[in-house]
Amino acid sequence: MEFYGTALASRLFLGTAQYPSPKVLCEAIEVSGTEVITVSLRRETSEGVGTGFWHMLRQTGARILPNTAGCHTVQEAVTTAQMAREVFETDWIKLEVIGHADSLQPDVFALVEAARILSEDGFKVFPYTTEDLVVGEHLLQAGCEVLMPWGAPIGSGQGLRNPDGLRAMRAHFPNTPLVVDAGIGRPSDAAAAMELGLDAVLLNTAVAKAGDPVGMARAMAQAVTAGQTGYAADPMPRRDMAVPSTPVLGLAELI
Amino acid sequence: MKITVNAKPHEVSASTLDGALNELGLISPALATALNGAFVSRAKRVETVLTDGDRIEVLAPMQGG
Repeated sequence: MEFYGTALASRLFLGTAQYPSPKVLCEAIEVSGTEVITVSLRRETSEGVGTGFWHMLRQTGARILPNTAGCHTVQEAVTTAQMAREVFETDWIKLEVIGHADSLQPDVFALVEAARILSEDGFKVFPYTTEDLVVGEHLLQAGCEVLMPWGAPIGSGQGLRNPDGLRAMRAHFPNTPLVVDAGIGRPSDAAAAMELGLDAVLLNTAVAKAGDPVGMARAMAQAVTAGQTGYAADPMPRRDMAVPSTPVLGLAELI
Repeated sequence: MKITVNAKPHEVSASTLDGALNELGLISPALATALNGAFVSRAKRVETVLTDGDRIEVLAPMQGG
Protein backbone atom coordinates (compact mmCIF):
# COMPACT_ATOMS: atom_id res chain seq x y z
CA MET A 1 0.00 0.00 0.00
CA GLU A 2 1.39 3.36 -1.02
CA PHE A 3 0.45 6.79 0.21
CA TYR A 4 0.35 9.02 -2.86
CA GLY A 5 3.01 6.89 -4.47
CA THR A 6 5.20 6.74 -1.38
CA ALA A 7 5.84 3.39 0.27
CA LEU A 8 6.30 3.59 4.02
CA ALA A 9 7.93 0.87 6.09
CA SER A 10 6.48 2.25 9.31
CA ARG A 11 2.71 2.50 9.57
CA LEU A 12 2.82 4.81 12.57
CA PHE A 13 2.38 8.53 11.92
CA LEU A 14 3.36 10.64 14.92
CA GLY A 15 2.29 14.11 16.01
CA THR A 16 4.83 16.54 17.44
CA ALA A 17 2.74 18.49 19.97
CA GLN A 18 2.52 18.49 23.78
CA TYR A 19 5.79 16.72 24.57
CA PRO A 20 7.53 17.64 27.82
CA SER A 21 10.59 18.86 25.92
CA PRO A 22 12.08 19.00 22.41
CA LYS A 23 14.58 16.33 23.50
CA VAL A 24 11.81 13.91 24.46
CA LEU A 25 10.03 14.63 21.18
CA CYS A 26 13.13 13.78 19.17
CA GLU A 27 13.71 10.59 21.17
CA ALA A 28 10.08 9.56 20.69
CA ILE A 29 10.36 10.09 16.95
CA GLU A 30 13.52 8.03 16.82
CA VAL A 31 12.38 5.02 18.85
CA SER A 32 8.98 4.94 17.14
CA GLY A 33 10.63 4.44 13.77
CA THR A 34 8.00 6.72 12.27
CA GLU A 35 8.61 8.10 8.82
CA VAL A 36 5.82 10.68 8.94
CA ILE A 37 5.45 13.43 11.54
CA THR A 38 2.70 16.02 11.69
CA VAL A 39 3.30 19.72 12.28
CA SER A 40 1.33 22.93 12.16
CA LEU A 41 1.67 26.65 11.52
CA ARG A 42 1.08 29.28 14.16
CA ARG A 43 1.78 32.97 14.52
CA GLU A 44 5.47 33.74 14.59
CA THR A 45 6.71 35.22 17.83
CA SER A 46 9.35 37.89 18.17
CA GLU A 47 11.72 35.23 19.52
CA GLY A 48 11.48 33.26 16.28
CA VAL A 49 10.91 29.93 18.02
CA GLY A 50 9.23 28.48 14.94
CA THR A 51 12.40 28.62 12.90
CA GLY A 52 14.36 26.70 15.52
CA PHE A 53 11.66 24.07 15.80
CA TRP A 54 11.62 23.61 12.02
CA HIS A 55 15.40 23.22 11.94
CA MET A 56 15.18 20.55 14.65
CA LEU A 57 12.49 18.57 12.83
CA ARG A 58 14.45 18.53 9.59
CA GLN A 59 17.25 16.76 11.42
CA THR A 60 14.96 13.80 12.16
CA GLY A 61 14.76 12.88 8.48
CA ALA A 62 11.04 12.10 8.80
CA ARG A 63 8.61 13.15 6.12
CA ILE A 64 6.61 16.23 7.13
CA LEU A 65 2.81 16.16 7.09
CA PRO A 66 1.57 19.68 7.89
CA ASN A 67 -1.94 20.03 9.25
CA THR A 68 -4.67 22.64 9.09
CA ALA A 69 -5.63 22.15 12.74
CA GLY A 70 -7.88 24.80 14.15
CA CYS A 71 -9.41 25.78 10.83
CA HIS A 72 -13.20 26.00 10.82
CA THR A 73 -13.87 27.22 7.29
CA VAL A 74 -12.88 26.27 3.77
CA GLN A 75 -11.00 29.53 3.28
CA GLU A 76 -9.01 29.16 6.49
CA ALA A 77 -8.04 25.60 5.63
CA VAL A 78 -7.10 26.37 2.03
CA THR A 79 -5.03 29.42 2.97
CA THR A 80 -3.30 27.52 5.78
CA ALA A 81 -2.50 24.66 3.41
CA GLN A 82 -1.00 27.06 0.88
CA MET A 83 1.14 28.65 3.58
CA ALA A 84 2.24 25.23 4.85
CA ARG A 85 3.25 24.09 1.38
CA GLU A 86 5.62 27.01 1.04
CA VAL A 87 7.18 26.76 4.49
CA PHE A 88 7.49 22.97 4.72
CA GLU A 89 8.23 22.45 1.03
CA THR A 90 5.75 19.59 0.67
CA ASP A 91 2.47 19.14 -1.15
CA TRP A 92 1.23 16.72 1.52
CA ILE A 93 -1.43 18.23 3.76
CA LYS A 94 -3.41 16.76 6.63
CA LEU A 95 -6.69 18.51 6.02
CA GLU A 96 -8.74 19.33 9.09
CA VAL A 97 -11.86 21.46 8.88
CA ILE A 98 -13.39 21.45 12.32
CA GLY A 99 -17.15 21.65 12.60
CA HIS A 100 -17.65 21.63 16.33
CA ALA A 101 -15.42 23.26 18.91
CA ASP A 102 -16.14 20.77 21.70
CA SER A 103 -16.01 17.46 19.89
CA LEU A 104 -13.54 18.67 17.23
CA GLN A 105 -15.68 16.66 14.84
CA PRO A 106 -14.86 17.39 11.21
CA ASP A 107 -17.24 19.52 9.16
CA VAL A 108 -17.42 16.97 6.38
CA PHE A 109 -19.24 19.30 3.97
CA ALA A 110 -16.54 21.95 4.19
CA LEU A 111 -13.92 19.19 4.23
CA VAL A 112 -15.02 17.87 0.84
CA GLU A 113 -15.06 21.37 -0.64
CA ALA A 114 -11.61 22.22 0.71
CA ALA A 115 -10.27 18.84 -0.47
CA ARG A 116 -11.53 19.54 -3.98
CA ILE A 117 -9.91 22.99 -4.10
CA LEU A 118 -6.60 21.73 -2.74
CA SER A 119 -6.49 18.62 -4.93
CA GLU A 120 -7.06 20.75 -8.02
CA ASP A 121 -4.20 22.95 -6.82
CA GLY A 122 -1.85 19.96 -6.74
CA PHE A 123 -1.99 19.06 -3.05
CA LYS A 124 -1.90 15.48 -1.84
CA VAL A 125 -4.68 15.63 0.69
CA PHE A 126 -4.93 13.46 3.82
CA PRO A 127 -8.44 14.32 5.05
CA TYR A 128 -9.38 13.95 8.70
CA THR A 129 -12.90 12.58 8.36
CA THR A 130 -15.48 10.34 9.97
CA GLU A 131 -16.14 6.70 9.09
CA ASP A 132 -19.12 7.76 6.90
CA LEU A 133 -18.86 5.85 3.62
CA VAL A 134 -20.69 8.43 1.52
CA VAL A 135 -18.41 11.20 2.74
CA GLY A 136 -15.47 8.95 1.91
CA GLU A 137 -16.73 8.53 -1.63
CA HIS A 138 -17.12 12.28 -2.03
CA LEU A 139 -13.58 12.80 -0.77
CA LEU A 140 -12.23 10.35 -3.33
CA GLN A 141 -14.22 12.09 -6.05
CA ALA A 142 -12.72 15.38 -4.84
CA GLY A 143 -9.27 13.99 -5.55
CA CYS A 144 -8.18 12.40 -2.26
CA GLU A 145 -6.24 9.14 -2.51
CA VAL A 146 -6.07 8.56 1.25
CA LEU A 147 -8.80 8.68 3.90
CA MET A 148 -8.20 9.30 7.60
CA PRO A 149 -11.23 8.35 9.69
CA TRP A 150 -11.27 9.23 13.36
CA GLY A 151 -11.10 6.53 15.97
CA ALA A 152 -12.54 8.82 18.65
CA PRO A 153 -12.51 12.59 19.29
CA ILE A 154 -9.09 14.23 19.04
CA GLY A 155 -7.08 13.96 22.22
CA SER A 156 -9.70 11.83 24.00
CA GLY A 157 -7.73 8.60 24.12
CA GLN A 158 -10.97 6.63 23.95
CA GLY A 159 -9.71 4.20 21.34
CA LEU A 160 -11.94 2.96 18.52
CA ARG A 161 -15.51 4.06 19.27
CA ASN A 162 -16.93 2.48 16.13
CA PRO A 163 -14.88 -0.52 15.03
CA ASP A 164 -17.76 -1.83 12.94
CA GLY A 165 -17.78 1.43 10.99
CA LEU A 166 -14.06 1.17 10.38
CA ARG A 167 -14.43 -2.45 9.30
CA ALA A 168 -17.13 -1.39 6.85
CA MET A 169 -14.85 1.33 5.57
CA ARG A 170 -12.10 -1.20 4.94
CA ALA A 171 -14.51 -3.39 3.01
CA HIS A 172 -15.95 -0.47 1.04
CA PHE A 173 -12.59 1.05 0.10
CA PRO A 174 -10.34 -2.00 -0.35
CA ASN A 175 -7.74 -0.16 -2.43
CA THR A 176 -7.65 3.18 -0.63
CA PRO A 177 -5.06 3.72 2.11
CA LEU A 178 -6.93 4.21 5.38
CA VAL A 179 -5.30 5.86 8.39
CA VAL A 180 -6.98 5.98 11.79
CA ASP A 181 -6.47 9.55 12.89
CA ALA A 182 -7.34 10.67 16.41
CA GLY A 183 -8.61 8.98 19.52
CA ILE A 184 -5.94 6.33 20.04
CA GLY A 185 -5.10 6.06 23.73
CA ARG A 186 -3.30 2.79 24.27
CA PRO A 187 -1.17 0.37 22.28
CA SER A 188 -4.09 -2.07 22.18
CA ASP A 189 -6.15 0.61 20.35
CA ALA A 190 -3.45 0.95 17.71
CA ALA A 191 -3.18 -2.81 17.33
CA ALA A 192 -6.97 -3.10 17.05
CA ALA A 193 -7.02 -0.53 14.24
CA MET A 194 -4.40 -2.45 12.32
CA GLU A 195 -6.16 -5.77 12.97
CA LEU A 196 -9.22 -4.27 11.25
CA GLY A 197 -7.05 -3.99 8.17
CA LEU A 198 -6.41 -0.28 8.25
CA ASP A 199 -3.12 0.77 6.79
CA ALA A 200 -1.71 3.13 9.38
CA VAL A 201 -2.35 4.92 12.65
CA LEU A 202 -1.79 8.61 13.32
CA LEU A 203 -1.50 9.57 16.97
CA ASN A 204 -0.01 12.28 19.12
CA THR A 205 -1.47 12.78 22.60
CA ALA A 206 -1.27 9.09 23.53
CA VAL A 207 2.50 9.31 23.29
CA ALA A 208 3.12 12.91 24.30
CA LYS A 209 0.98 12.73 27.43
CA ALA A 210 2.12 9.30 28.59
CA GLY A 211 4.17 9.22 31.78
CA ASP A 212 7.07 7.97 29.67
CA PRO A 213 6.54 9.29 26.14
CA VAL A 214 9.59 7.53 24.72
CA GLY A 215 8.49 4.21 26.19
CA MET A 216 4.99 4.72 24.83
CA ALA A 217 6.34 5.61 21.39
CA ARG A 218 8.16 2.31 21.36
CA ALA A 219 5.05 0.45 22.56
CA MET A 220 2.88 2.06 19.89
CA ALA A 221 5.32 1.09 17.18
CA GLN A 222 5.33 -2.50 18.40
CA ALA A 223 1.52 -2.53 18.60
CA VAL A 224 1.13 -1.21 15.07
CA THR A 225 3.53 -3.85 13.78
CA ALA A 226 1.77 -6.60 15.75
CA GLY A 227 -1.66 -5.56 14.49
CA GLN A 228 -0.50 -5.26 10.91
CA THR A 229 1.25 -8.64 11.01
CA GLY A 230 -1.75 -10.21 12.69
CA TYR A 231 -4.17 -8.91 10.07
CA ALA A 232 -1.93 -10.23 7.29
CA ALA A 233 -1.82 -13.61 9.01
CA ASP A 234 -5.64 -13.91 8.71
CA PRO A 235 -6.98 -14.34 12.27
CA MET A 236 -9.23 -17.27 13.10
CA PRO A 237 -13.00 -16.65 13.09
CA ARG A 238 -14.73 -16.01 16.37
CA ARG A 239 -16.88 -18.81 17.78
CA ASP A 240 -19.89 -18.56 20.02
CA MET A 241 -19.00 -21.65 22.01
CA ALA A 242 -15.88 -23.24 23.43
CA VAL A 243 -14.03 -25.76 21.31
CA PRO A 244 -11.30 -27.81 23.02
CA SER A 245 -7.88 -27.21 21.60
CA THR A 246 -6.42 -30.36 23.15
CA PRO A 247 -7.42 -33.54 21.24
CA VAL A 248 -10.33 -35.43 22.75
CA LEU A 249 -9.32 -38.62 20.97
CA GLY A 250 -7.34 -40.82 23.33
CA LEU A 251 -8.64 -39.15 26.46
CA ALA A 252 -8.26 -41.59 29.39
CA GLU A 253 -11.17 -42.76 31.48
CA LEU A 254 -10.00 -42.13 35.01
CA ILE A 255 -13.21 -42.33 37.01
CA MET B 1 0.51 53.43 7.58
CA LYS B 2 -1.35 51.47 10.23
CA ILE B 3 -1.54 47.73 9.73
CA THR B 4 -2.28 44.72 11.88
CA VAL B 5 0.29 41.92 12.09
CA ASN B 6 -0.70 38.77 13.93
CA ALA B 7 -3.55 40.66 15.60
CA LYS B 8 -1.28 43.42 16.91
CA PRO B 9 -1.36 47.00 15.58
CA HIS B 10 1.78 48.34 13.93
CA GLU B 11 2.78 51.60 12.26
CA VAL B 12 5.09 51.06 9.28
CA SER B 13 6.62 53.30 6.67
CA ALA B 14 7.10 50.55 4.08
CA SER B 15 4.55 50.34 1.28
CA THR B 16 4.96 46.65 0.40
CA LEU B 17 4.49 43.44 2.35
CA ASP B 18 8.15 42.57 1.95
CA GLY B 19 9.17 45.99 3.22
CA ALA B 20 6.88 45.78 6.23
CA LEU B 21 8.21 42.36 7.21
CA ASN B 22 11.78 43.64 7.04
CA GLU B 23 10.86 46.71 9.04
CA LEU B 24 9.32 44.54 11.75
CA GLY B 25 12.26 42.13 11.81
CA LEU B 26 10.30 39.19 10.44
CA ILE B 27 13.03 37.97 8.15
CA SER B 28 13.26 34.22 8.78
CA PRO B 29 12.99 32.13 5.62
CA ALA B 30 10.63 29.76 7.45
CA LEU B 31 7.71 32.16 7.46
CA ALA B 32 4.50 32.18 5.45
CA THR B 33 2.29 35.20 4.95
CA ALA B 34 -1.34 35.98 4.32
CA LEU B 35 -2.89 39.35 3.57
CA ASN B 36 -6.51 39.87 4.58
CA GLY B 37 -7.06 36.11 4.68
CA ALA B 38 -5.40 35.27 1.34
CA PHE B 39 -2.03 33.55 0.96
CA VAL B 40 0.81 35.68 -0.39
CA SER B 41 3.79 33.66 -1.60
CA ARG B 42 7.36 34.58 -0.76
CA ALA B 43 7.94 35.67 -4.34
CA LYS B 44 4.89 37.96 -4.38
CA ARG B 45 5.70 39.89 -1.22
CA VAL B 46 7.88 42.44 -3.00
CA GLU B 47 5.12 43.43 -5.38
CA THR B 48 2.28 43.26 -2.83
CA VAL B 49 1.31 46.84 -2.01
CA LEU B 50 -0.20 47.47 1.41
CA THR B 51 -3.03 49.82 2.24
CA ASP B 52 -4.05 51.34 5.54
CA GLY B 53 -5.85 48.83 7.76
CA ASP B 54 -4.50 45.71 6.12
CA ARG B 55 -4.46 42.54 8.22
CA ILE B 56 -1.33 40.44 7.88
CA GLU B 57 -0.73 36.99 9.28
CA VAL B 58 2.84 35.76 9.63
CA LEU B 59 3.01 32.07 10.47
CA ALA B 60 5.91 29.81 11.41
CA PRO B 61 6.39 26.07 12.00
CA MET B 62 4.92 24.84 15.24
CA GLN B 63 4.19 21.56 16.98
CA GLY B 64 1.09 19.84 15.65
CA GLY B 65 -0.92 16.66 15.84
